Amino acid sequence: MMNNLGIVFALLGAVLAALLSGIGSAKGVGMGGEAAAGVITEDPSKFGKVLILQLLPGTQGIYGLLIAFITLSQIGILGGNADISLAKGFLYFGACMPMAIVGYASAIRQARASVASIAVVAKKPEQFGKAMIFPAMVETYAILALLISILAVVGIGGLSI
Amino acid sequence: MAKNQYTYAVARIRSKELTLLNNQILEQLIASKSYDECIRLLQEKGWGNQDTKTAEEILGFEHEKTWELMEELVDDISVFDVFLYANDYHNLKAAIKQAYVGTEIPNIYLSHGTVKVEDLYTCVKENDFEALPDHMREAARDAYQVLFHTGDGQLCDVIIDKAALKAIYKRGKASDNEVLAGFAELKVVASNINIAIRGNKTRKGIDFFQRALAECDTLDIQRLTEAALDSESAIHEYLSSTIYSDAVAALKESLSAFERWCDNRIMELIKPQRYNPFTISPLAAFILGRESEMKSVRILLSGKLNDLSENLIRERLRETYV
Repeated sequence: MMNNLGIVFALLGAVLAALLSGIGSAKGVGMGGEAAAGVITEDPSKFGKVLILQLLPGTQGIYGLLIAFITLSQIGILGGNADISLAKGFLYFGACMPMAIVGYASAIRQARASVASIAVVAKKPEQFGKAMIFPAMVETYAILALLISILAVVGIGGLSI
Repeated sequence: MAKNQYTYAVARIRSKELTLLNNQILEQLIASKSYDECIRLLQEKGWGNQDTKTAEEILGFEHEKTWELMEELVDDISVFDVFLYANDYHNLKAAIKQAYVGTEIPNIYLSHGTVKVEDLYTCVKENDFEALPDHMREAARDAYQVLFHTGDGQLCDVIIDKAALKAIYKRGKASDNEVLAGFAELKVVASNINIAIRGNKTRKGIDFFQRALAECDTLDIQRLTEAALDSESAIHEYLSSTIYSDAVAALKESLSAFERWCDNRIMELIKPQRYNPFTISPLAAFILGRESEMKSVRILLSGKLNDLSENLIRERLRETYV
């Protein structure tokens, strides 16, 4: 019975990585969309610029999906042997957490920065380049979490526990 | 979350802020050769429409435009009650006086109140104030009794004005919003100082000050009353010991300089909202910024009409929001 729980925790980790990052991105892109729509109502010519800013918080959802996909293939759910120990299951769960938690939080924070930058573009469209840097900085932390989650998920497979 | 963040509304307001008059445009208006040229320039900047010709029509149109935009942007316009109450109480005064004289007086009511003018007038006409909001009921009843029994229009105004200040103050503090609360506080403070100065000049007694001055956080109305009963310099002295010490120089100059000081103080309150991407505050700031802008245009147009010099007009203008 306890041995079967390994795959449960591993899958739970994969699901949370996709779920929380996806929720964060959905909220973030939604917030950006509201702000972008506000600007477009007054000046439709700014569509291209505000669309890019709106989409910036969407990347966390993609990273979460990537981690979930790699985990699923590593634990054998997409084919192969799905028989993993409880300890490994916990390790996979833990490995997915950076992406799940940082993905959610960074998407929301990035969205706030995006909304502020959309306001900059609304008033000074020529400052688009500078305005894009601010939300893009938040991306750093989502990428760091992605990196750690990938290294951990891939590395766990080689452990003999 | 998004609902209370007003993300769409604030982004739209950011674009709208581009249409506000900045110092450069105001300078162009000041430099215009005549009143007509000034009107033409304003129309070129998008003020008014093809049906609005006079200054009053253009300003009225712009006022309506601001409130129509706000009604479009917020689901519940009651978030701006702190601005709308003044219209309600003005309408209450007008309705009581109209009922008192018993004749129809055109164009005495203001639009965009929280109570419909027809309902207000019906309540006054029938001397039944139960249908009015709680904050207005007692003052309406008192003012009505005073005017109909004594014919004292000034006392009627004092009762209603104080009730208006109390309602604005209470609503502002309850809003839990720094701009609305700050506006309410400044509104009450400015009115209290005005009452103290005018009351002192006309040698009013303690009853008047007790009836007219409204409670607020940053002024001690007991001390202000004592100062107002004493002399104008006592009022200045008291104000110097408060956070409004810089108002004293304006008061020494004139009441219109004090009025400008009040408007500039509101501008100081709202200017940080130009960089706030969320909440109702940037919307409230936009309303106040527009009001200040309209006040400047009114001063400018009346200056042009009366052939005032450019410098005289310039020093009377309010600070711009953008």
